Amino acid sequence: MQFKAMILDNAEVSPGYWRMRMTAPAEMLEAKPGQFVMVRVNPSIDPLIRRPFGVFDVGTLQPAYTGAVPQPYLEILYRVVGKGTGMLSTLHENDILDILGPLGTGFDNGPSGEEKLIVGGGVGLAPLYLLAKELVKDSPVRLFAGGRTKDDVLCITEFERLGVECYTATEDGSLGECGLVTKVLEQRLDATANKGQIFACGPHGMLKAVAGIGAKRSVKTQVSLEGYMACGMGACLGCVCQGAEHSADNPDYRCVCTEGPVFEAAELKWEGN
Amino acid sequence: MKPVMSVEIGSLKLRNPVMTASGTFGYGKEFSQYVDLEKIGAFVTKGLSLKPRAGNPTPRIVETPGGMLNAIGLQNVGIDAFVQKKVPFLRSVNTPAIANFFGYTPDEYAELASRLDAIPEVAALEVNISCPNVKQGGIVFGTDPNCAASVVAACRAATKKTLIVKLSPNVTDIVEMAQACEGAGADALSVINTLTGMAIDLERRRPVLANVTGGLSGPAIKPVALRMVWQVAKAVKVPVIGIGGIMSATDALEFILAGATAVQVGTASFVNPGAAQEIAEGMEQWLAERGIADIKSLIGALEG
Repeated sequence: MQFKAMILDNAEVSPGYWRMRMTAPAEMLEAKPGQFVMVRVNPSIDPLIRRPFGVFDVGTLQPAYTGAVPQPYLEILYRVVGKGTGMLSTLHENDILDILGPLGTGFDNGPSGEEKLIVGGGVGLAPLYLLAKELVKDSPVRLFAGGRTKDDVLCITEFERLGVECYTATEDGSLGECGLVTKVLEQRLDATANKGQIFACGPHGMLKAVAGIGAKRSVKTQVSLEGYMACGMGACLGCVCQGAEHSADNPDYRCVCTEGPVFEAAELKWEGN
Repeated sequence: MKPVMSVEIGSLKLRNPVMTASGTFGYGKEFSQYVDLEKIGAFVTKGLSLKPRAGNPTPRIVETPGGMLNAIGLQNVGIDAFVQKKVPFLRSVNTPAIANFFGYTPDEYAELASRLDAIPEVAALEVNISCPNVKQGGIVFGTDPNCAASVVAACRAATKKTLIVKLSPNVTDIVEMAQACEGAGADALSVINTLTGMAIDLERRRPVLANVTGGLSGPAIKPVALRMVWQVAKAVKVPVIGIGGIMSATDALEFILAGATAVQVGTASFVNPGAAQEIAEGMEQWLAERGIADIKSLIGALEG
């Protein structure tokens, strides 16, 4: 689906990290956790290519006055890393964006009642909030949020409001455990004798570590990948990642945009990547 | 009054001059949600090879000012999977599908041309002799007029369908290449493929693309493409298909004035998946507003 969205709110939630809410068609409410949107930052040719963002949240604003209609909305959480996201952060309420989505394959929620361990690094939390919102409906959910400093740990309050038990870790010790978030995840898995399922999104190094933990402990692990892509619909083939059996002689590339962005960690190749 | 928008490329009749460029439109189906395929002139498939090709390592693409570099490496499903999995969709669409293809030897080119010739759903063939991102395939045939002529002649002997040759801009004299291909039996020439370029990550002191170099596309290359279309169109009798940074109906019309009979929309489809249809509709509107009865009257109508 392609639609024009009006920005309702665009605020810096932590230094360098922004959260944007915009209007959306009602179909957007059907977005599955883990799906993403492609945002055209402006109608000019610079930046030219759309930017992909995980769907942080969707919902419906109740009518502000008698007779008004409910307004579905979409939220994204993004970090300013370059020109495109820099320009996005300068936009205001009532500005219009062109959006494609929801795109890609989302998370498999897994069996109800089973413990769900969500692992997010930095802005990798973006697609995990909508996931947590779904999972808390029928399962105990724990969030493991990591970052370099406390500024990189985002939106914990929102997760807590859902009833998610949150654990944090920072590399400089400015919030929560000092060290990597995977250490905290392993402590929990030790305590529960490896019960539950893992859902992760974050920097590649973190995902690789989480995939290793899942494999070693036989815990089903899904990861949401980032990919540098031009189209978001499987045409440009720019965003591919390697399947587990990939080799130079027997190549196995998967499109992050259509076959992912969520993959079972065991399906992907991690060594050497 | 509704202007006449139909044009002919060899024996291929197009309802309007707007096609989608190879590698930017999948195999058609990927975009069917966003584009009414029956509102565009034709669509061109991702380049096909005899065997499936995995393509290059990542990063494969990077944005540059007004454009993008890609080094996909001709990843494609191969001709067998194309026939099994992609052709059934082509049958369902009342718009010509043009199969783009490439090989590693003139024999391979000819074999592919012959196999594509036998597929009724393939309306025409576009032979890629100009991919800049694959070491053996394509580019060697795209930079030497004699090599190009031998490949085109081999394909010509293998198909009666309209044979389009896609030219590389990465040559000293594109006119020489165009004439060689025309002489070897090409029915039309697609001008241009991407320009070889490079992007550097300063802090890491490394090339951004895993392939080091890639093909530049998008609005940044439009002036170069226009110049080459203009040069080639003056020098050959066969129709020229203008390609390079077309983002709007006015961009497309500039290529028609420069001598193109039709155009291909590429990178624009990534930015706006409905671009090809919008451009076709915008061209028709532009003509209607000016009382121009037939798009063909604009082909090569550049003055001065």
